[in-house]
Parts: sequence; structure tokens; C-alpha cells
Amino acid sequence: MRAGQSLRGSELRRMEGSRFNTGQLLLVISTIILVITVVLPVAMIVYNVFFYNWSFDWSLFASMLTDPDNLAAMWNTVKISFFVTTLGTVVGLFFAWLIGRSDIPLKGLMKSLFVIPYMFPPFIGAMAWGLLLAPRAGYINKMFMALTGGRTPLFNINTLAGIVFVELCYYFPFVFIQVSGALERMDPTLEESARIAGANQLTVIRRITMPLVVPAIAAGAMLILISSLSHFGVPAILGFSNGIFTLPTKIYELIYRASGSFEGIRQGASLSILLVAVVVLALALQRRVLRTGRYDIIRGKSMRPMLIKLRGWKAPLLAVCFVFLIVTVILPLFTIFGVGFLKAYGVPMKLANMTLNNFKYVLFESRMARDAIRNSFFLSITSAVITMLVGTMIAYVIVKIQPRGKGVLEVLGILPYSIPGIVLAVGVILTWSGAFYLNLYNTIWIILIAYIARYMAFSMKSASASLEQVHDSLEEASRTCGASHFESLLDVTLPLIRPGMVAGFFLIFLPAMRELTTSLLLYGPFTRTMGVAIYSINEEGYTVQACALAGVAIIIIVIGELILRFVTRERRGQ
Amino acid sequence: MAEVRLDRITVQYGKKTAIEDFSLHVRDGECLTLLGPSPCGKTTVLRAIAGLTKLCSGEVTIGSRVVASRDRKIFIPPEKRNVGVVFQDYAVWPHMTVEANVLYPLKKRNVPRKEAKEQVNDVLRQVRMADYAARLPFQLSGGQQQRVALARALVASQDVVILDEPLTNLDANLREEMRFEIKRLQNETGITVIYVTHDQDIALVISDRIAVMDKTGSIRQLGAPEELCGNPADSFVYRFLGLSNFIPVEIVDGEMWVRDIAGAGGGADTEPTSFPYPVPAGMHNRQFYAACRPMDIAMSRDGADGGAATCGTCGTCWTHGTCGTHGTHGPGETRESLRGRVARVIYLGNIYEYRVRVGGIEIRVQQDSHEAFKGSTFCEGDVCALSIKDIRYYEDVEEVS
Repeated sequence: MRAGQSLRGSELRRMEGSRFNTGQLLLVISTIILVITVVLPVAMIVYNVFFYNWSFDWSLFASMLTDPDNLAAMWNTVKISFFVTTLGTVVGLFFAWLIGRSDIPLKGLMKSLFVIPYMFPPFIGAMAWGLLLAPRAGYINKMFMALTGGRTPLFNINTLAGIVFVELCYYFPFVFIQVSGALERMDPTLEESARIAGANQLTVIRRITMPLVVPAIAAGAMLILISSLSHFGVPAILGFSNGIFTLPTKIYELIYRASGSFEGIRQGASLSILLVAVVVLALALQRRVLRTGRYDIIRGKSMRPMLIKLRGWKAPLLAVCFVFLIVTVILPLFTIFGVGFLKAYGVPMKLANMTLNNFKYVLFESRMARDAIRNSFFLSITSAVITMLVGTMIAYVIVKIQPRGKGVLEVLGILPYSIPGIVLAVGVILTWSGAFYLNLYNTIWIILIAYIARYMAFSMKSASASLEQVHDSLEEASRTCGASHFESLLDVTLPLIRPGMVAGFFLIFLPAMRELTTSLLLYGPFTRTMGVAIYSINEEGYTVQACALAGVAIIIIVIGELILRFVTRERRGQ
Repeated sequence: MAEVRLDRITVQYGKKTAIEDFSLHVRDGECLTLLGPSPCGKTTVLRAIAGLTKLCSGEVTIGSRVVASRDRKIFIPPEKRNVGVVFQDYAVWPHMTVEANVLYPLKKRNVPRKEAKEQVNDVLRQVRMADYAARLPFQLSGGQQQRVALARALVASQDVVILDEPLTNLDANLREEMRFEIKRLQNETGITVIYVTHDQDIALVISDRIAVMDKTGSIRQLGAPEELCGNPADSFVYRFLGLSNFIPVEIVDGEMWVRDIAGAGGGADTEPTSFPYPVPAGMHNRQFYAACRPMDIAMSRDGADGGAATCGTCGTCWTHGTCGTHGTHGPGETRESLRGRVARVIYLGNIYEYRVRVGGIEIRVQQDSHEAFKGSTFCEGDVCALSIKDIRYYEDVEEVS
């Protein structure tokens, strides 16, 4: 009896102890982290726009909303993203279909080439295109004017059309990647049975293939839409000089012009709300237009699809592919490196005018450039490690523990995904420059916090995907084998998702290396990132040095991308 | 070795109640099967025992230890319950070798390395996987993985092992082999085994006792396999334990007739058909069901087949045993048999199956192919007489799933 009682006592204690078991502990930590990194900045923006000296004040927002400059910026944003999304979807779809379903040669090569623009930092692309197609000084325009003898340039890149063109070059891969994946996984017998049933080739494409890849198209188009609405780099580099503003560049300009004064930040915050509203509206609208169905027929297995014979079209279409690749990839790359080697901007690209001095300067001489490279490495690695670990933890809570409030957690994690980087930066400024007794402004930590918030969604997504591959019973099996929850996590789940975590690291590291928008608002005298350094060197007119640093950035990103590929290939082999 | 007691447990997932007020006593060292259609809460019972699900009420006892009780605020986590589980998908850890998989429970219990190694070798030999110790799971077939999972569960607990439909993913041959293997291992180790399945063939082979569960998660009958087959408690159990016919009958003027079910599509054969068997005692309603197994029906071309016996008193009745309807026919008069028309013939290899239309309903009849070939097989459209060996009567028929 006594023994029984004492046994019960210890079990009771164990029960008590289990009130704060591993699962609940993780849930609490996850929620706290998300609230601090994501909710707080957003809340601070809303608060600072609508409240002044603790009382509700609508006037600032109203005055910002009626300012014709801001309205023009909003209209530009909408126009640019509409065209980028529409054209990008068409282009991505066309090439995905060409490579996935036709007998065009050199598929493997083209597949990897078409993904390159995706890695290319768009603002560096914009720099390159500026060098080529600036109305008077651009190399192509100069050549064109020399050939025609006239004074009219071939194309002025410093226009809305120019911005659309450059963004298009770097955003179409979103649709391309999504649709290629869907086409690869689609059961080819679906198309074959339509042929057997008597449908001709075009009908099959229209009635079978297209509807089945609609979800993939929608997903890709949504990515383009969000990215182009919140995109800063391209319109900043190509638009400023010509007075073309979009909402993100306008926000930057307002804050920059006020040189960090609180009023300027409040104005920027008001526009931020407007921008978020536009993003949300556009997403809702797009969801209505492309109502996505769910099809189970797209399987994980890769099968050999029926290929369409292009016959006489083969050569012209192949030429189209190569011209497109040359324009989007080779030409800008060549320009950046070419100019990076030049003694001075504007001199003809001849071997005699080439020098290594610019690279020597950015790598060894310029304190600023060296700081920037170091900062970018520090920020990217730190934020990637933290975000990957925290994102995995949150994904674990959502996917495996499934507590009651997991929906909230999911929304919180995905939220930054639809919040433009510039808006996040404004929120981070409002939150971390003394509002809560902690002033991180001008330190590297404020950038780190912004990066963590910004990339949390990436890491959650990739971690969720790999956790869903780990069946619940694997962990339950280790529990019944005598391992505690924490031990099961360590011995079973973590080793199984490790390859996914490594891939997740690079998925954050790479965009963080080329980040510009957020850091541009947050950097201090000694906390420039590579993106900021390239941007400001370029703005100051040191074009050749900016190109050299951009070249260094591209090399780092390409190496990272190669490592990522190696890592994910190894996983596939397992 | 331990007994397992579930005392009025209730488990809910969100608002959905999986099992309610469920009680079960598994004896020490027996193999008890939870048999029921999916989903009927079998897996929930298993998870409640293993500690993978929390109770809303009730109590679970393993051996002399209460491992879960809502009222007494006890919840022993799965790792401290000493229950081995073989999961439906085996849950063999793909990043560990066979040996490491089986070694893991011992490592967690801090068994000295040398001793643990020996134990692992022993159990791998028992499940005949000793040659594969260094392999990784993806190099194994489904059956081999399952044996690894079994070995791991046996190592994890000397008391209770739970198996959750572990054979459903295997092909027929392997399934047969494995069910004997499990039985053999249980006999050797004397461990208490709780087996969960919806497949009555496996249940009948390996169980000491079977608990038949229905969709709502309550136990309809609990007993030894012979008991269940010999004396099914109700139509649900009857139906679940094998192929069955339920012939709707009704009593008119003291005799049984095959009842025409509306919409069954009687077609031309809608004339009242006599069901020439003794009227059972103790039925509450005029209408009820006669249940029989397809294998227990003999078919003949005419009424005077060997399957028909004579009435004990008058010598002319159709059925076996005594004539309950004596008096409705005079001495020497031939009574009408249960007549039908063959609607479909299906050859299943060792068995011939006929679908025989009787009145407005269809009866499944199975004949051993060997027997069928001795006589002459029936063709579609043939008229035949049926004589049923073992009839049970039920007031109602329940859908199994």
C-alpha cells in the first residue's frame, strides 16, 4: 500500500513535470521568437502611423495617401508588377513547356542556364543594363548612334519599360522552375490517353496539360507578383535618375531625404501600409483570377513524357532560346566583369584598357568594400544558421506537435513572406531604435534581426517540406524504444532532416549575400553589406569599382549555388 | 510478461471521439487480436496502451502498474511503459543499419554494450535476419523490414508487444509465412502480444483470443477463434468472420418464405419462394434473416440430390435433421426445395463461385473446384436446387463497413 502510494506520488510528479514537456516548451519559444521578430515590427508600423503622442491620428496617413507623388508611385508599382507578372508568366511558361515537352536539343544545359537569372541579383542586372542602355552613355546606345550617325538612342533603359524589362529577365524563372517541376512530375499517361481518345496535339496542350499545371503557374505567378510589387533594387538604380518612383523606392527616398528624422520614418511607415495593402489586394485578386485546383495526378515520380516533334521549328526555337539566354545572362555578366576590369568607365572595352586594379582595390585596399564583404558573410552565415534552426523548430511544432494554436504560428511565419523587405526594414527601425529600451540602430545586430525576420518563411517552408517526409511513426517508434521526446528528436528526426537543413541554410545564405533593400535602410557607417556597398559606390559614380565588387559578389553566389546543388543532389541519391 | 487492462477508456481527437468507455483485459502471455473494420478505433486502443495518445477518461494498467489514468492524473510517457510496438509502416529508421535499429532500445536502457550485442544477435537470429545486420533499411524488402521492426519491438520489451496491421503491406506468400513466424516467436518468448488487424484470416491463425470490434469502437464478441466461428454473437461478428449470405425471410402461415427486397431487381422471379427449413424459435419479428456461408451450400440439378436428407418422421422433407414443418405435406409427397437460377459463374481457381438468384435476391454459393468437376459444373441460366447445411437466424443485418 505504502509502496503503491509512493509510486503514485512519483508518477504524479512526472505528470506535473510533463506539463512543460519538450513539445510545449518548443511551442512557447517559437511563439515568442515570431512575436518579437515579426509581429512587433508590423505592430510598430501600424501604431506609429495611426497614433501620435498616444492618441489616434489619421491625418498623416490621409495626407500621404492624397499626395499626387505617392499616388504616382503607387500607380507605377502596379503597372510594373502587372506587366512583369504577365510577361514573366508567359515567358516562363513558354520555356518550361519547350524544355519539358518538346524535342528541343541540349535540354540539360538549357535547364541549368535558365535558372541562372534566378541567382543573379536583380540590382546588379539593373546596373549592367544601365551600362549598356543608358540613353547617352550606354555601350549599346553609343554603338547604335555611331552606326546610325544619329542622336537618338536605341532604347532608354531609364523608363518604366526598361524597369519592366530588367525585372522580367530575373523574375521569369519563378514560373519556369515551378512549371518545369510540375511537367516533370505529371503522369504522361494522362496526355497519352487524351491522344488515344482522339484529341490532337493542340487540344491536348489546351485541355489536359495546361489545366494540370495551372496550380504551378499560379504559384510561380504569385511569387513574381509579390517580388515585383516589393522590389526595390531595379527601380532604384534605373528610376531615380529619371524621377521614376515606385512605392518601395518612394519609401526609401522619404526616409533618406529626412536623413533619419522621426517624421520621415513615419511618412515612410504610412507608405509601407499602403504598399502592404497593395500586395494583399493584388494577391487576393490574383487568387480569384487563377483559382487553383488541387490535382493529385501530379505525382512525385518522374516519368518519361511524350515529346512533341518540333521538326522545322527546331532551329528557330533553339535560336530564340539562345538569344534569350545571351540577353538575360551572358550580356549582363560580360558587362559587369568587363567594366570591372576597365581602367575607367567610358573607355572602349579593349585589352589595352583592362586592369586588375579595381578588383585589387575592392578586395584589399578599400576598407569599406572589405568591411562590406566581411559584414555580408557574417550576416548571411549568422542569419542562415539562426533562421534555419529556429525555422526548423517552428516547422517541427507545426508539422509534428500540432498544438491547438498552430494556425497562428503558421500565419506568423509566412507573414514576412508577403511583407516587402523595405516595409520590414521600417518596422525594424521603429522597433529597435530605442522604443523598447534597446537601441540597435547603426549596429550590425539590427540588420541581423531584419534578416532573420525576412528569411524565416524560407526556412520554415523548406524545413516543413523535409519534416513531412519523416513519418510520425519513426519518432513514435523511438519513444516506445525507451527514448524521451528530446532524445527521439536528436537520434531520429534530426539526422533524417539534416540534408534538408543544409539545403535550407544555403537557401537563406544566398539571398542574404545579395540582399540590398533591407540593409540599405538599416546600415550604419561600419555596417554596410555587399549590396549596400555596390549600390553606394555605384551611386557615387565609381562605376568600375562597383562593377568589380559586383563581380566578386556574383562569384561568391555562384560558388554557394554550386555547393547547394551538390548538397541537394546528394540527398536525392540517398 | 504482463497483463494489460483497459478500464473504461475514452479517447478523443479534437471533437471526434475515437473510442468511448472501452474496457479490455489482455491476459498475461496470450496473443489477443483486435479485429474490426477500419476505422474502428483499433489503432487508438493500441496507441492508448503504448502511451502515444492521451486518455480523456479511464485507466490503463500494464502488469501491476497504472500507466495512464485521467482521474488520478497519471500519464507515463511511452518511453517508460516498456511496451514494444511494430508499426503499420514498420517505422524502421532509414538512417540506421539493421543492427543499430535493434540495438537502439538497449542503448536507451543502458544495457552494457557486450550484453546488448549478444541480445541483438539472438533476436536477429530469431527473426532470421542475422545475415542482414549491416544492411541499411532501403536495401531490404518489405518483409525483411517488418522483421527488423519485430526484432526491435521484442528487444524493447519483454512484457508486451503490440503489432499494428504489420502484414497488410506484404504479398500473400510473405503474409502467410510471417503470421506463423509471429506465432512461433510468441510461443518461444511467452510475451503478451496484442495484434491489431482487419484481416480475419490472420486473426484466426495467430490469436489465442479475438476481440471483434465494430465501427463505433465497442467490442461485439471476445473469445477464442473456435468460439467465435462456432457461435458468433450477432450478425456483425458472423459477417466479419467470413463470406456470408443473409437471406431475408418472413413467416407466412407458419412457413418461411424468401422475402423480396424492394429494389433488388427480382425481375421475372418475383413469385413467392418458399424457404423450406424449420422455423427457428425465439425470433421477435415475423421478418428476419437467415445467414449461411457460401461453402455450406450444396447445389444440385434436381431436388433429389444427396445433400437432401429425409424427414425423421415422414421421410420426405428436404432438410437435414428433423422436419419442423411436418404436417404441411402428406407422407410420400415431395416438398419443394429452395430453387434458384444461376446468374453468374466465377472460377476462382480452387473454388467455383456461383451467384444464384433465388426470388428477388442473390445467394453466393461456393464449391470446391475438385468436387465441382466430379459432377458437372453449372452454367449461367441453369436452374438448381440449394440445400444449406448450417443456418443461423438473425433479426437484423448490420453493415460491416
